[in-house]
Amino acid sequence: MIHYTPYIPLFPFIAFVINILFGRYVRKGAALISIAASLAACAVALPAIAYVVHHGAYSVQTEWLLLGKKTLSFGVLLDPLGCVLLFVVTLIGTLIQVYSAGYMHDDAHFSRFFAYVSLFMAAMLTLVIANNYLLFFMAWEVMGLCSYLLIGFWSEKNSAADAGRKAFLTTRVGDIGFFIGIMTLFAGAGTLNFADLGHAAHLMENTPLLTAAALLIFCGTVGKSAQFPLHVWLPDAMEGPTPVSALIHAATMVAAGVFLIARSFPLFEAAPDAMQTVAVIGTMTAFMAAFIALSATDIKKVLAYSTISQLGYMVAALGLGGFAAGTFHLMTHAFFKALLFLGAGSVIHGCHTQDLREMGGLFGKMKHTAATFVLASLAIAGVPPLSGFWSKDEILAAAYTAHNPVIYWTLALTALMTSFYMFRLVFMAFFGKPRNPKIHAHESPAVMTVPLWLLAIGAVLAGIPGSPFMHHWFQNFLAGGVHAGGHAAGHGSEHVIIPFVVATSLAAAFGGIISAWFLYLKNPGLPAIISRVFRPLYTASLNKLWFDEIYTILFIRPFGAMSRALYRIDEQVIDYLVNKTGLATARTSRIKGWIDKHIVDGLVNLTGWTVQLASALVRLLQTGYLQHYVLIAFLGTIVLFFIELRK
Amino acid sequence: MISEMQTGIQIGIYLVMALSVFAALAAVNLPNIFHAALAFIGTLLGIAGIFISLRADFLALAHILIYVGAVMTLVIFAIMLTQRLSDPNVRQHNNLSAPAFLGGLAFLTLMAKLIYTTPWPVKAAGTVPHVSVMDLGQALMTTYVFPFEVISVVLISALLGAIVIAKKDPL
Amino acid sequence: MIIPLEHYLIFGAVLFTIGIYGILVRRNIIGILISIEMILNAVNVNLVAFSRSTSASPETGQIFAIFVIALAAAAAVVGLALVLALFRVRKTVLTDEITLLKW
Repeated sequence: MIHYTPYIPLFPFIAFVINILFGRYVRKGAALISIAASLAACAVALPAIAYVVHHGAYSVQTEWLLLGKKTLSFGVLLDPLGCVLLFVVTLIGTLIQVYSAGYMHDDAHFSRFFAYVSLFMAAMLTLVIANNYLLFFMAWEVMGLCSYLLIGFWSEKNSAADAGRKAFLTTRVGDIGFFIGIMTLFAGAGTLNFADLGHAAHLMENTPLLTAAALLIFCGTVGKSAQFPLHVWLPDAMEGPTPVSALIHAATMVAAGVFLIARSFPLFEAAPDAMQTVAVIGTMTAFMAAFIALSATDIKKVLAYSTISQLGYMVAALGLGGFAAGTFHLMTHAFFKALLFLGAGSVIHGCHTQDLREMGGLFGKMKHTAATFVLASLAIAGVPPLSGFWSKDEILAAAYTAHNPVIYWTLALTALMTSFYMFRLVFMAFFGKPRNPKIHAHESPAVMTVPLWLLAIGAVLAGIPGSPFMHHWFQNFLAGGVHAGGHAAGHGSEHVIIPFVVATSLAAAFGGIISAWFLYLKNPGLPAIISRVFRPLYTASLNKLWFDEIYTILFIRPFGAMSRALYRIDEQVIDYLVNKTGLATARTSRIKGWIDKHIVDGLVNLTGWTVQLASALVRLLQTGYLQHYVLIAFLGTIVLFFIELRK
Repeated sequence: MISEMQTGIQIGIYLVMALSVFAALAAVNLPNIFHAALAFIGTLLGIAGIFISLRADFLALAHILIYVGAVMTLVIFAIMLTQRLSDPNVRQHNNLSAPAFLGGLAFLTLMAKLIYTTPWPVKAAGTVPHVSVMDLGQALMTTYVFPFEVISVVLISALLGAIVIAKKDPL
Repeated sequence: MIIPLEHYLIFGAVLFTIGIYGILVRRNIIGILISIEMILNAVNVNLVAFSRSTSASPETGQIFAIFVIALAAAAAVVGLALVLALFRVRKTVLTDEITLLKW
């Protein structure tokens, strides 16, 4: 079964082709096709994962391009790290597609939606099993395209089209850096294969080139995983259908950036400066996004900022050297964040609004949605023994062992804010009294609630493999993968439970929940007072720290002014030159035309006339009169005789 | 006696030659084409006489049969079929007589010079055996059997070609 | 040989020249055909004369003369057929009235 690994992405790709070409005919069958393709991918992927668990990494490759003396290969690498992603993508992807079949049921472009989702699945799976940066990058770009298409899926809405564009252009900034990074790496190390990276990093250890390459590759992460300062696209991406937000902008695609760092881990380990940058950026992002989430009132926006914040967590973990911690959080986060988004989708589906201020008391009306949502919130808040607790604890432990108190306390504060805003959301939406009497919420159909419950099981249990109950099996598995890749030592220290860290983590989780309960259920009037007291902070949060405005002033306006200026230069200088050149050309061609007409043509005509004249003379010989010819032949014969006899 | 007889024969041969040349001149110069054809028959007969003088009896016979009996008959038929042209009012010669005459004269001089300057390997009188009809027949059936067959094919094709060409409506 | 070979040859040459002259001056195609026959006969005279005086195998000249006669007959037949066909189409057998191939 393992040998079929390279074909995993093929299933969704076939589904994409069918749905995009024959969508008109398959109609609602599109969902079945896509889901069947995902299930087929699962069916191949899960045994492959089992194989890797028992026998170690699997890889296969063929030669692809020959660049000078260097070869680019093309192949598949399935190591423990890849397995984690493969597991998450196939499983969550399938569940979300099942959910989408219900959520998108009445959409006019039903089959197109599933076509895009299948294409995305194909790209994501290719990325996961890619064994080199180039293939990785290609899949990465296709994912970017799918993201763009799906964010702008309802492109008749201007805001959706704009959001799609924004997402595409913003991530492009990071991708350019990523690509330059790949080329830098190739120039420096001569290889793009992940398996050779350890060796390459060892060769170039701590050189400026390696640091540059690592930082440039990190640019890709910054764009794709919405890290500061390129995070602005992700909240807007919520314009897309909610299952898309769940699949692409929470569980899988944005996690690809984190995956990229994990893949390049040997590189970063050899470049401490780059590592440091990664940790700082991750921490900043985590804190900043959590801060903005505090005041958001749109249910999906809260989740979007939460996603950014959690991604920042993962990036920070990797930056601190917590390879296993970051990857672990990636997996658990995929489960509970997908669940949160799907739950939010269910809420939106039931109430037809996204504004938290209009919800309230939905628990009674949407029992399944509410129950699973609360479970997911507990998980993200870090309440033991749910998955989020174990992974977040790992990250805090990594920060603690890195002896970096600033990062440690920032992350702890972020954890507190996380649990606070999540439970603010839960209490506003599901508890208390309904705020808007016009909303008649109803529970979603089974096709949507069943995936919710399945994901809830995942959200609860996903942390267990990395917990002390299973002797940190997950971390050991990953470390084995790292060793199989031939680089970096394991991180034994992080497997020890540090009581101080656990205490911080628990305090943050419960502190957040209790304060949210106190402010939004016990004393609903308090938040307004608090926001008035801390007005500058509140406005900062409400306006998302003015990032969009700052970018408008810093980039968009100067670019606009610059392009206007360039346009004016174009219009007045270049056009003037072009026109002058044109006029000059016209003038010279008129002279040339005269020469052509009178001299060249004259010569040609002269030749013609000469030939005509000569032939007019010669043709007189052709009288058509038989005996003239005979006479000439006869006289010719006589002449020949004479000449012959003369000799 | 013998030499007198020889002289007589010689005179006879020269006479035949002269008559033949005269008839030939008539054949090319007579304004009536019908008369010209008749004059040419005279030439042919003279040539047959020359053949006899060369002891080619069979050839002389065949010559008369084929030319006078067949070819000239055909020619006269053709002349009569194109009746309008035997009309004496139609001019029978073009205006190329002068160059043709001069050219002919030059050619003839040339030929005469050639004939008299070439050392012909003439064999002594009486050493060349007489060629009988049997010899001719044997040669035709042995040495020259291939040209003989080719000639028959040529004759057949000429026959068919003539029919096809002269037919009123083409095939 | 009763008279010298050269005399026969001269006779042949004279006939030949008269034939050429005829070809050149006759307007009537039938006249031209007659002249052609005359040329062929002049050649025959030469062939037979040579066969009588110089040849190692005396029958060769006569055989060739026979072939020439046969070919002359064929030529005459085809030529006359052409004349008839031409006459039917153009109502003429004069060479200066059929100068179709002129400039």
